[in-house]
Amino acid sequence: MAKPYDLRRYPGFFAITLLCLVILYAPLVVVAVYSFNDSPSITIWEGFSLRWYVDVFTGPESGKFKEAAWNSFIIAITAATTATIIATLAATAVLRAGTFRLRTVSIGLISLPLMVPEIVTAVATLIFFNAIAIERGLMTILLAHIAFCIPFAYLPISARMQGIEATYEQAAMDLYATKRQAFTRILLPLMMPGIMSGFILAFIISLDDFIITNFVKGAGVETLPTAIFGAVKQGIKPNIMAISTLLLAVSIVMVALSWLIGRRDPAKGR
Amino acid sequence: MPQDRDIAIDVQNAVKRYGTFAALKKISLSIRDNEFFTLLGPSGCGKTTLLRMIAGFEDVTEGAIFLYGQEIDRLPPHKRPVNTVFQNYALFPHMDVLENVGFGLEMLGKSKAEARARAGEVLEMVQLSQFAARKPSQLSGGQQQRVALARALAPRPKVLLLDEPLSALDLKLRKAMQVELKHLQRETGITFIFVTHDQEEALTMSDRIAVMSSGELQQLGEAREIYERPRNVFVADFIGDTNLMEVTVDAVAKGRAQCHLGGRHRLTCDAVDGIGPGAKVHMSLRPERLFLSADPVADESLKGRVREMIYIGTDIATIVDLDGGPQFTVRSSNSSRGNARIFEPGTEVAVNMEHGAARLLID
Repeated sequence: MAKPYDLRRYPGFFAITLLCLVILYAPLVVVAVYSFNDSPSITIWEGFSLRWYVDVFTGPESGKFKEAAWNSFIIAITAATTATIIATLAATAVLRAGTFRLRTVSIGLISLPLMVPEIVTAVATLIFFNAIAIERGLMTILLAHIAFCIPFAYLPISARMQGIEATYEQAAMDLYATKRQAFTRILLPLMMPGIMSGFILAFIISLDDFIITNFVKGAGVETLPTAIFGAVKQGIKPNIMAISTLLLAVSIVMVALSWLIGRRDPAKGR
Repeated sequence: MPQDRDIAIDVQNAVKRYGTFAALKKISLSIRDNEFFTLLGPSGCGKTTLLRMIAGFEDVTEGAIFLYGQEIDRLPPHKRPVNTVFQNYALFPHMDVLENVGFGLEMLGKSKAEARARAGEVLEMVQLSQFAARKPSQLSGGQQQRVALARALAPRPKVLLLDEPLSALDLKLRKAMQVELKHLQRETGITFIFVTHDQEEALTMSDRIAVMSSGELQQLGEAREIYERPRNVFVADFIGDTNLMEVTVDAVAKGRAQCHLGGRHRLTCDAVDGIGPGAKVHMSLRPERLFLSADPVADESLKGRVREMIYIGTDIATIVDLDGGPQFTVRSSNSSRGNARIFEPGTEVAVNMEHGAARLLID
């Protein structure tokens, strides 16, 4: 049978695809390749070397980067964990509590931040912290990250919960499980892939956030993105490429992890 | 009163309203201890709503439900000693078969060992012991159905609720499961409340049947009673095939009613309370209780002409146009001993009735 949308029949399909792929990935490839360049230049290839990776961990700027990386990971893990818990509870309320007043409003409010321009959120958050007179530092970054991570964590979690029929919990309660037991023994295990995806998405979003972090961080407190930006302002050195490549590797690992978890779906009994 | 030990479930004036829509309109019925009871009706008749009210998944808007004399309609589902076999089975996909079956017992606070032992016992009862370590997704539909049954039976419920559990199975398997369910019910001595829209299934399995339609109880009785003495047009039409005719009652005497059909055909049948002379009512004539002959065998034989003959296999159905009247279907068994005389289309025939074939119905 003929496929209704056979891609090979569309003129220019190959060229357009190639162009998109090049624009998307060529810069990443260049950065990754040149991070192994044995040269202080960022454009001239002088052979393979790990010197810039060594530089990242032991060079003159290594202290600054290590502290920034530590801050970034602590914030990402704490923010993602908190946001995931809140998002899971929110999804349970919205999808399992029946209809209540303001339910539709709640759904809207929880996903609306995704559509607000980040710079607006950044300015608003800064003004808010000033208004309540919280001193800027790690804590303000963390609070801001928790807030903007919630809708990202909520998306895969609620999508997952929508796919789980309410009859599983009903069957559990019919078999003498209390509401809490039905939640912990049935709903939560079935939700796990969604919760993990939510956590990983929130983690990556937090890890690479620049705009909001830059606004709400205190003087001298850096996360990895703000530290990289600060270094780039003094000129791009190959060690930036090495750091970027490492960050890219972390992202790839996280996405791969999320994909693997998604494949091991308890609801499919594997 | 509901204290009676012989009454498993007593539903008293139960009403269920969703906003202004009444899904159940004042239903009262008693389900006896140790009986196979069926709620039968078309979709939307309220049978599943009633079952879910007994299980505790729906609130009772008005009225009360008693389980062996104890009022249960305000209890949460986990405090009711009844278990449900769900239509889609709802087996927990992340647990293996043994864990699924043992879940209820574990929630009742039994030890893991005890739960496993009982689960193994029940799995044996439904002949699934060798699948104990499988996940539900690795089982066929019929096997999943048995696991759902085992899971609901394992905690030894006082009443087992079955919500159209066989509807997803193919015909052969469904027939086999019908027999097995009936057998299980006898063996366990547990009261079964079975919901179905399949009238044949209901007749096959049930001790008693409650026929429901649009939120109301139409008739409650044993299979034979429902089939042979339907109370109204809905029941006669819903259960089995029938010839429904509008007749006029001429006279009622000595428990017999004399009626006529379109002024030409005279019929006599048992009188029914509430139907007196002059009434225009419906009459039900079961096709298999009619027989054809070339010449009338009695005064009351109806004359007509064969329109069509349909070969069904076990039976032969003949459609007859009555003189100046409606069509009749006559069904006869396709056996050499049976009464299957074959009449070709166009033949003049007489339609004769066995005693008690005709039944007057209230609307």
